[in-house]
Amino acid sequence: MMRLENICRDFQVGDQVVHALDHVDLEIKPGEYISIMGPSGSGKSTLLNILGLLDRPNLGTYWLNGADVSSLDDNALAEQRQQHIGFIFQAFHLIPRLSALENVELPLLLAGAPVAARRDRAREVLDSVGLATRLDHRPDQLSGGERQRVAIGRAIVMNPGLLLADEPTGNLDSRSSEDVIELIEQLNRNGISLMVVTHDPDIGRRAQRHISLRDGKIVTDDGRLSR
Amino acid sequence: MRPVDTARLAFQSIHRYPLRTTMLLLAVSIGVAAVVLLTGVGEGARRYVTGEFAALGTHLIVVLPGKAETAGAGGTGTIIGATARDLTLEDAMAIERSAHIAQVAPIIVGSGNASWRAREREITVLGTTTEMLDVQHWTMQLGRFLPDIDMDIATPVCVMGSVVRDEFFDNTNPLGQWLRIGDTRCRVIGVLTQGGITGPFDTDELVILPIASAQQLFNAPGVFRILTEAVSQDSMDAARRDIIEIIKARHQGEEDITVVTQDAVLATFESIFDMITMGLAGIASISLVVAGVLIMNVMLVAVSQRTKEIGLLKALGAKERHIVALFLAEAVFLSLFGALLGLILGNAGTRLLGTVFPILDFSAPTWAMVAAVGVAVTSGLLFSILPARRAARLDAVLALAGR
Repeated sequence: MMRLENICRDFQVGDQVVHALDHVDLEIKPGEYISIMGPSGSGKSTLLNILGLLDRPNLGTYWLNGADVSSLDDNALAEQRQQHIGFIFQAFHLIPRLSALENVELPLLLAGAPVAARRDRAREVLDSVGLATRLDHRPDQLSGGERQRVAIGRAIVMNPGLLLADEPTGNLDSRSSEDVIELIEQLNRNGISLMVVTHDPDIGRRAQRHISLRDGKIVTDDGRLSR
Repeated sequence: MRPVDTARLAFQSIHRYPLRTTMLLLAVSIGVAAVVLLTGVGEGARRYVTGEFAALGTHLIVVLPGKAETAGAGGTGTIIGATARDLTLEDAMAIERSAHIAQVAPIIVGSGNASWRAREREITVLGTTTEMLDVQHWTMQLGRFLPDIDMDIATPVCVMGSVVRDEFFDNTNPLGQWLRIGDTRCRVIGVLTQGGITGPFDTDELVILPIASAQQLFNAPGVFRILTEAVSQDSMDAARRDIIEIIKARHQGEEDITVVTQDAVLATFESIFDMITMGLAGIASISLVVAGVLIMNVMLVAVSQRTKEIGLLKALGAKERHIVALFLAEAVFLSLFGALLGLILGNAGTRLLGTVFPILDFSAPTWAMVAAVGVAVTSGLLFSILPARRAARLDAVLALAGR
């Protein structure tokens, strides 16, 4: 469970201070499926980065599973990230010289898991995303949809509580998009919290809870209304 | 992250940019090869010189008139020193009576006009005794060396070097011919084997007389040097002390001679050559530092090339030390492989030099090879600390966006 309290994130652009997040409060319960929408520059990505512990707020408190993580140092953040957060990027961010299996293994490798254990785990995950026959393919030998499924496998290999997807279908055709969305929704049904940032209203609409941002503020949040 | 995995990932990065890797390997290997080659040349020269000295006989003790203030190879100043009291044949005979001295060969050197029939030339005359053949490890090509007679007895015989023989007698047999030197005549009784320069003399250009004959010729009672050979290596010190005692007793208690042992001369030369070799190694290591700067440059470029990848690793939970370790491992691999390649190139180079100059042994000393590899790897490591830290401190969000 994650809770943001009074989060502010400012950026200095020239002489101007841009309030990317302006006093944002947000609570995410385990197993929720949230979409975040809003125009460019509304603070969607900043919110995602803060939630994903890639960025720190200037003000406010972030509670992750009951602990305050807003003042941790970089290495402690890296550890929290490793344990609790899975990222899915628009551009996949696979390492081109590594096979699908090795890409999925990467978080386990960074965590120091022994070779045999991580290989088994990565195989199991790739099997669950439907790529059991593509283990040894490098990213350039895979289609866009397959690449994103490898990336999803990598995101869930550590069993995180929250999956953050930043425009996960932005680089995919509509058919692959459907596959990918269905896959992450399936993962959500199995218990993982899912937050999707998207421009696409059709994808945004599929979530249970819809948040829209404008100028760094949450303007609508039907999750809060329903409470 | 496990060290094996760090090494594997770093190795994959090296594999991924072959051109960059080749350039770096080349730069480092040239540096290491330069160290190996230059120290090899220094060592080759050292071995040659010490080898030449060993050829003179390792038990050799040279006595020169006059007291040189500096130890070692000194004595050049005392050859013409007017204040020094001359050594005489009597001194040499006295030394010969020491139990620690096996052989004594006093020498006197001068130049004289030699002629045979219509041929005439200026020659270097060496006056000595029959022991000289042994002391200097000379061999005879024809006839025999000076007769074994008391050193103060003048006999009209001479032995000559091969060049002198060729110039006076062409291919005819010189033995038994009478050569005129200055006012005297002497019968040729032997020719030395052609040998070039051994020790201080070019034996091919010499005419050798019994020392008493040479003293008569030059009208000089003194002896230029006394070459002696100790009984064994162990008796070198005793022999040296004996010589000083004997001469002191004969020279009214004054120690007015310089005693130079083979070891001392050798030690001086060795230390000179060691300095030269170290100097060469130092100069060559500059190229290793230059290679280090190149590594830094290339690693900085690699950091900006791989910004997104670093961002991704951070998003996946990589800590700063993981990123630092990855880049350092990469630099260490590059410099280590470069250094090994350099060792191969350098040793191939010294071997090639060895075939061009077969009398010299150019193999580089082990310390130089170890030091070259050490300096290469250390400079690779040191110079990649900055790029590695820069990579580790990249902001994850910006790095993921490729900025």
